[in-house]
Amino acid sequence: MIKELAATGARLRPGTADDAVGGIVPAQVASPDSVEQAAALLAAAHALGLRTVFRGAGTKLAWGSPPQACDLLLETVAMDRVLDHAAGDLVVQVQAGVPMARLSGTLGGADQELAVESPVPGGTVGGMLGSGVAGPRRMLHGTARDLLIGVTMVLADGTVARSGGRVVKNVAGYDLGKLLTGSYGTLGLIAEATFRLHPKPAATAYVTATARDPGHAAELLQAVFGSQTAPSAIELDLPPGGEPELAVLLEGTPRGVQRRAGDVGKLLGTDAQDIEAPLWWNRLPGGDTLLELRSWPKTLGRVLTAVSELAASAEVKAVLRGSAGVGHFRIGVSGEPAAQAHFVGELRSALGALDGGVTVTDAPDAVRGLVDVWGPVPGLELMRRVKDRFDPGWLLAPGRFFGRQGDGLGQQGDGSGRESVGGDG
Amino acid sequence: MQDLATLVPRLRAIAGDEHVITDEVRRRTYESDGLTYHAEVPGVVVLPGSAEQVAAIVRLCADEGVPWVPRGSGTGLSAGALPRADGVLLVTSRMRRILEIDVPNRCAVVEPGVFNLDVTKAAAPSGYYYAPDPSSQQVCSVGGNIAENSGGAHCLKYGFTVNHVLGLEVVTPDGEIVRLGGGPAGAPGYDLIGAFVGSEGTLGVVTKITVRLTRQPEQVRTMLAAFDDIEAGGAAVGAIIGAGVLPAAIEMMDALAIEAAEAAVACEYPAGAGAVLVVELDGPAAEVEREYAAAEKLCRESGAWEIRVADDPAQRALIWKGRKSAFAAVGRISPAYIVQDGVVPRTALSEVLRRIDELSAESGIRVANVFHAGDGNLHPLVLFDDAEPGAGERAEIVSGKILDLCIEHGGSITGEHGVGVDKSRYMPRMFGQEDLDTMQLLRCAFDPEGLCNPGKVFPTPRLCGEVPGVNRGVHPLVESGQAEQF
Repeated sequence: MIKELAATGARLRPGTADDAVGGIVPAQVASPDSVEQAAALLAAAHALGLRTVFRGAGTKLAWGSPPQACDLLLETVAMDRVLDHAAGDLVVQVQAGVPMARLSGTLGGADQELAVESPVPGGTVGGMLGSGVAGPRRMLHGTARDLLIGVTMVLADGTVARSGGRVVKNVAGYDLGKLLTGSYGTLGLIAEATFRLHPKPAATAYVTATARDPGHAAELLQAVFGSQTAPSAIELDLPPGGEPELAVLLEGTPRGVQRRAGDVGKLLGTDAQDIEAPLWWNRLPGGDTLLELRSWPKTLGRVLTAVSELAASAEVKAVLRGSAGVGHFRIGVSGEPAAQAHFVGELRSALGALDGGVTVTDAPDAVRGLVDVWGPVPGLELMRRVKDRFDPGWLLAPGRFFGRQGDGLGQQGDGSGRESVGGDG
Repeated sequence: MQDLATLVPRLRAIAGDEHVITDEVRRRTYESDGLTYHAEVPGVVVLPGSAEQVAAIVRLCADEGVPWVPRGSGTGLSAGALPRADGVLLVTSRMRRILEIDVPNRCAVVEPGVFNLDVTKAAAPSGYYYAPDPSSQQVCSVGGNIAENSGGAHCLKYGFTVNHVLGLEVVTPDGEIVRLGGGPAGAPGYDLIGAFVGSEGTLGVVTKITVRLTRQPEQVRTMLAAFDDIEAGGAAVGAIIGAGVLPAAIEMMDALAIEAAEAAVACEYPAGAGAVLVVELDGPAAEVEREYAAAEKLCRESGAWEIRVADDPAQRALIWKGRKSAFAAVGRISPAYIVQDGVVPRTALSEVLRRIDELSAESGIRVANVFHAGDGNLHPLVLFDDAEPGAGERAEIVSGKILDLCIEHGGSITGEHGVGVDKSRYMPRMFGQEDLDTMQLLRCAFDPEGLCNPGKVFPTPRLCGEVPGVNRGVHPLVESGQAEQF
C-alpha cells in the first residue's frame, strides 16, 4: 500500500493519534501539492480500496457523523497557492488548502474580499467549502455556494473534472461546485476553487440592542426587515436565561453608513453603534455539543422561547447565536449527555412543527450515541443516488451522512428525533 | 406516434380530456421555443393541473419508456424545450397560482407556470420584489427560470435564479414528488437545489417553488451616458467597478444596436453616439447619491459627452426602452439575425469586441452588440438575410467563432440562455470529456433511463449503467432497512 501511494510523489507519513478522525487513526496521511498528485493518490487509493477522508486545517473534522473507516487521510495543506487573483474581474482562483486568513490578506491588498466568513478560525478554503460553513453576511451574500463560480474536483477514482469557470455569469453545464459544497468530502475532493469577489466596503457600523423578550426580538427583526436600510447581517445572541441581543451590520460609504446606522438605531430604540462587532459576533457558542438550527424568520420568537424553555426543562445550558435575518443559528449545549440528547429530541420536535430543523454538528461520543445526528433530510433518497454515482465504492468518508428513510417528502417534525439511531457503527 | 396512441387515453384519464392535445395543428404550436429555427412537432402535449398529475404523467412515461420534455412558457433561447416527435411534451402553463406571498418570511410560494413578473406584481404592494429579471419576464415562467438559472440585467448585483430559490418541490424522472431545501437557512445534506437549478429540465420538473423576495430599494437612479466608441464605454465600466461601486446593472449598446433601437422605438438616445452605457444604481438613498456621483465622474473622465439621469420610474422606463427593445429592434435593420450569448472576463471586453469587429469586417457580416457590460455577458446579434442562399450558414460560422473567442479568453459559451440543443455541440470546446462525463453522473443519479428532456445540454449522451452493489450495512438500523448511511 505504501509503495503505491508513495509512487504518486505526494508527501506521505504514517497516521498518528493526532490524525484520528472520529476516533479512527488513519494508516497513512498524504499531502499532495497539486491536482495531479491528488488525482494520482486517489487513483491509487481507489485501486487499493482505501477509505479516504479529506482534511484541510482539520478545524471542523469532527463535524457531521464520524466516518466508519479511514485508511487514508488526504490533507490539502500543501495545496496552498493562490493561483490567480484577477482583481479587475473581481475573481480569485485558489488551491483548496489556502488558509482563509491568508486569502483575506491577499485580497485585502486590492481592497477586495471573499464575502463569506467562518465562525471557526484557522480553516482553509477547502474546509469552508466542504463543510458549507458561513457567517453573518450570509444574509446579504449567501454562503460559499453563492460565491463559488468554478471548481476543479478529483473523484474517488482519481478522475479530474471541472465545472463552472472563471466568469460569474455562466450557465454552461451542471453546477457541480454547488453539489460538492457542504458535502463533507463524500462526493469528491475540491482541489481548486474560483470565487466571485466583492469590493471591500469603505465603512462599517454595528448597531446593537437588547430585546425585552423573544417576542420583542421578533418585532425588532421585522422592523429592520421592513426598512430600506439594506443591512448586510442581522445577528442575535441569546445567553442562557438572559435577554436576546440583536446586532445589525451596515456596510457602505462612510456617510451612507452613518445615516443608515442612525435609521436602524431608531427602529431598534437604541443609539448604541460601534465600528467594532460585539464580542459574540461570528463566534461559535461554545458548550459540549454544537447544534445547527434552521428556521423561518417569522418564527424567531417561538424559536427563542422553545430553546430557553426546553433547555430549562431538560436541565441543560444552551447558548444560541447566529443569523436572525436568515433563520440560521448555532446552539452550544452543556449538561449530562442524556439530558443533552433529550433536549435535542425535544427541540427537533418543536422546530419540526415550525417547518424548521435541527442537526447535530459536533458532539461528545456520549451524546452522539444517543441522538440522530442529521434528523429528517428532505431528498435523502436522491442524495443516496448521487453518492452511488459519484463514489460507487463508498470510499470517500463513508458514513458521514445519516438520515432516516422516508423523509423525502418533507414530513418534518414527527417528533421521533429522540430514539437512538446514532452511533458510528 | 403509434406507441404514443396507447398512452393518450391514460394521459386523458390523468389530466382530463381537454388538457391532452393530439390534434396536429394544435400540437404544431408547440414545435419550438423562443429559438424557432429548431422545431419538432411533439408526439402529444399534456397540460397537467397539479403536482400529482405531473407525477402520474412522468411515472407513465417512465413505465412505458417514453421520452418527455418539460416546458414552461416556451420563451427559452437555446431550444431547451424542443419537443420530441416520439415523446410527451409536459407543459406547466396551467399551474399558474401564486400560493403565498409571505412578507415576514420574505418569500413567495408559486407554481411553475407563474410568470416571473407576476411574482413581483404580487409582492410590490408589500414593498418587495422578485429580483431575477430576464428580459422576457412578462411572459417567461418561474419554472422555466429554474430550469435555465435565468439571470437578467440586474444579476450583476443581485445574482441569478439559483441565489433566490429557497425550496423546490420537484417530480423526479421516476415520477416521485420530492421536496428539496427547506428555507432561507438551507437544509442538511447535499445542495440538490444548487444542482437542479440550471439543469435545463434534464433532472426533472418543478411543481412548486419557494423564492426569496427582496426589499425594494429606497432609491433607484439610472444614467444614460453617450461615448464615441465601445472602447471608451468599456473603460468607464472598468473604472466604475474598479472604484468599488457595484451598480445594479451596467448595460452597453454599440452604434448598430442604437440605430436599430432608434428605428424601432424612437428611444431618442444621444445622436451620433458610438456607444451608450446604461448604469443603474439602487439602494439606500444615502449610498446611491454617493455612488451616482462617483459613476458620473468616472464616465465623464472616460469620455462620456452626454449624460442623462432618471430619478423617477417614467424617466427610467424611457432610458431602458431602447435597451430592452434592442433584440426585437434589430429586425428593423436586418431580415434575420442570430442572438449570441457568450461571456468574457470584464477586463477582456475591449479586446474581444475588437476581435468581433474584425470577424465582422472579414466576413462581411454585420454584428450589432448589446450586452451586460458589468458581468462581461455579450449578446452579439449576427445579422443576415435569410433570402440569400448560404447567408444563414455564414452567420452561423461567425456566431460560432464568437463563442471560440469567449472560450479563448477564459469565458463561457452561455451566460444566461442555456445550452439546450443549440449549443450542446459547443460543450466539448469548453469542457473536456472527463468534465462532461462527471456531469453525466448527476444526470444518471436522477434519470438513469435518460427519458427526461433527452438530447439537451450534452453532445453525446451516455448510457448510465448499473451502480455496482456496495456493502453499506454496518449500523443495525441500516441493515434492518430503517435508516441509511452514506
